[in-house]
Amino acid sequence: MRAVRFSVVTAAATVAALTAVTGCAQKSDGKGEGALQVVAKDDSCEVSKKKLPAGHVEMTVQNKGSKITEVYVLFPDDRIVAERENIGPGTKATITAEIKAGSYEIACKPGMKGNGIRQKIEVTGGNAAERSPEMDKAVAEYRTYVQAQADETLPKAKKFTDAVAAGDIEAAKKIYADSRLGWERTEPVAESFGDIDPKVDLREDGLEAGQKWTGWHRLEKALWHDKKLGAEEKALAPVLYKDLLDWQKRVGTADITPTSMANGAKELLDEVATGKVTGEEERYSHTDLIDFKGNVEGAQKSYELLKPVASKNDPALTASLDKQFAALNTLLDKYRKDKNSYEFTSYEKVGKADRKELSDAVNALAEPLSRLAAAVTK
Amino acid sequence: MSDQKQDSTEPAAASGGPAPSRRALLGWGGAGLALGAVAAGGAVAAVRPGSDPVPAADSGAAVPFHGAHQAGIATAVQDRLHFAAFDVTTKDRAELVSLLKEWTRAAERMTAGHAVGDGAYGGLAAAPPDDTGEALGLKPSRLTLTIGFGPSLFAKGRFGLEDKRPEALVDLPKFPGDNLDAARSGGDLCIQACADDPQVAVHAIRNLARIGMGRTAIRWSQLGFGKTSSTTPDAQTPRNMFGFKDGTRNISGTDTAALDKHVWVGEKEDAGWMTGGSYLVARRIRMHIETWDRTSLQEQEDVFGRDKGEGAAVGKPKEHDEPFLKAMLPTAHVRLAHPDSNGGATILRRGYSFTDGTDGLGRLDAGLFFLAYQRDSRRAFIPLQRSLAAHDALNQYIQHVGSAHFAVPPGVRDKDDWWGRALFS
Repeated sequence: MRAVRFSVVTAAATVAALTAVTGCAQKSDGKGEGALQVVAKDDSCEVSKKKLPAGHVEMTVQNKGSKITEVYVLFPDDRIVAERENIGPGTKATITAEIKAGSYEIACKPGMKGNGIRQKIEVTGGNAAERSPEMDKAVAEYRTYVQAQADETLPKAKKFTDAVAAGDIEAAKKIYADSRLGWERTEPVAESFGDIDPKVDLREDGLEAGQKWTGWHRLEKALWHDKKLGAEEKALAPVLYKDLLDWQKRVGTADITPTSMANGAKELLDEVATGKVTGEEERYSHTDLIDFKGNVEGAQKSYELLKPVASKNDPALTASLDKQFAALNTLLDKYRKDKNSYEFTSYEKVGKADRKELSDAVNALAEPLSRLAAAVTK
Repeated sequence: MSDQKQDSTEPAAASGGPAPSRRALLGWGGAGLALGAVAAGGAVAAVRPGSDPVPAADSGAAVPFHGAHQAGIATAVQDRLHFAAFDVTTKDRAELVSLLKEWTRAAERMTAGHAVGDGAYGGLAAAPPDDTGEALGLKPSRLTLTIGFGPSLFAKGRFGLEDKRPEALVDLPKFPGDNLDAARSGGDLCIQACADDPQVAVHAIRNLARIGMGRTAIRWSQLGFGKTSSTTPDAQTPRNMFGFKDGTRNISGTDTAALDKHVWVGEKEDAGWMTGGSYLVARRIRMHIETWDRTSLQEQEDVFGRDKGEGAAVGKPKEHDEPFLKAMLPTAHVRLAHPDSNGGATILRRGYSFTDGTDGLGRLDAGLFFLAYQRDSRRAFIPLQRSLAAHDALNQYIQHVGSAHFAVPPGVRDKDDWWGRALFS
């Protein structure tokens, strides 16, 4: 998971898109009547207008306060549409986003803390990006997949958390990795909610000062490193289950678009590249390869659903992706005896050269995968 | 991933106009930029200032990419290096060939000071930019990119090149004292990037590595600073990490007779595709800085056979005075390395110093990244190193820890030519 800040990709792409760009690289179509000026001060957040047409919206943010600030465009439920951080006093920044009709809030956070000073805006009509029926079908199927993953995860999570609560270390260890698989397959969607991910999938090094460590990895450490389950761990088990229940309930409401699917697929590979191939994710249980496989399967699902469109727009790209997915899966198969089982070799036992080989295969896939979003938005 | 993504370009909805893939764009080079709205912005964005080829003497200018020989060998040595050795991960010869073509086109652009493909910004918002962008606004900085092919590329059953392996591309013998790390040795391909600005050199390797993903993977790489030899004799001779002038007698980049004699592969002397090419030996030489620094000046000067201040050979007043080898100790480095001690064996050096932090024992992991070009390593580097490895007084202060040998093909002639064409055609 992202230790500190969650990717805005999926959240933002829920609306369609945003482009956080520097002043010199603005999109020209963001100008004109969609333009919105935000003046951020230490105690105010002024917006030049409260009603905007949908489509590309360009916001020019001026920090006239004395503190460094950040500015967000938020959904009513606080999900992030677009954001810009680290706007120094006296400086300007530009945020461009493609926004559909609806209610939003602009939040300025002087000192980059707290809930911020908020202004409501309404976005109406306009020319939001059109979607093809083909793409709508892909999105609908992906939504079904995501829900199914959550639904299948909950009973496994129950088994896991029950075992922890009962102090049964062996039983808990046995089901631990499997209980994470559905989550790993669909992580970018879960992350789009912002609040669930840090509760269930945070690693110790991702903790912020004062933050309580909960979730899978907290229990992983107890099981494999401390080798004991105390009262605290037993009490955390039902908390994890409750948080996952929350995920299962909310996952159906996630905003999903073809671009968020494509970029979510790429993000899953990024997760592998930064956390799994290094062995950081499952540093105590060494079950990284199971997560690894889950991430790849989730990415592949998004890709397969988008492929009918992508292959029309960029057949060379889909040919390359087919090949690289196959190559990575073949490589992963080396680490399990049975192709139908998720019992993978402990990552501890994967040597340096083999990790390099896995890393190369991930790069080989992630690089073309980063171009999938472009291929489906052509 | 952590907060590093906060400023990244996020997905956007469809932009108008065609959206060629990055690989497709690479082929367009500087000419075919009429790709419609998408490329129009990128084309402007892609040009760095100072990209018109001007004499390389003006630091910051562009070194011509095309020519009979690859740039980066006889070219006046730049200040910085990023060297990368690659494993070819694809098994498909056609994929390797298409990669070499893409690399050539990207190298043409970068050495001229242009960004790769559609540039670092201004392109399709939903896709990562073609160019990584960290060289935007920087001058070409005399960037040269030089490719080499390692012996393993010619292995039987790989790309059908076993019959084309030049005889001179031998597996280097094991020299006494070598402590080679396989993870810092060998490689199917190498790219040497030299530039006066380290960011420009790093940018070039990074973009080529990215283009190669799925077909190649970096095996090892080395950053270098402080050139340790020069191919411009009128310039001040650089110093190595031991504080000694290095390369006083190096081959001048303008001495075509010496280059023809010692550096460029002649016609019919080897595999035909190597005519005009050269052989590159790369050695990562660790220097035991701390023990050297505790060594008396007298011993330091005796070890080299030159004085530390002027760089003059033993018994001579000036750096460029002809050395009298017999005045030096029999184990002196300069005496042993001199062509007169090696049947005339002469190499062209382009080495760089490196420091890669510390080694966990509190010692600086520093030394010389030695790069030598020659017409035939069997008659140049190998006998030279045999002699040095056996007798050189410097050996107690250095250790060879990485090693590689590459066949460096001739230059890319024009916009239709590509790295390795003669080898693969």
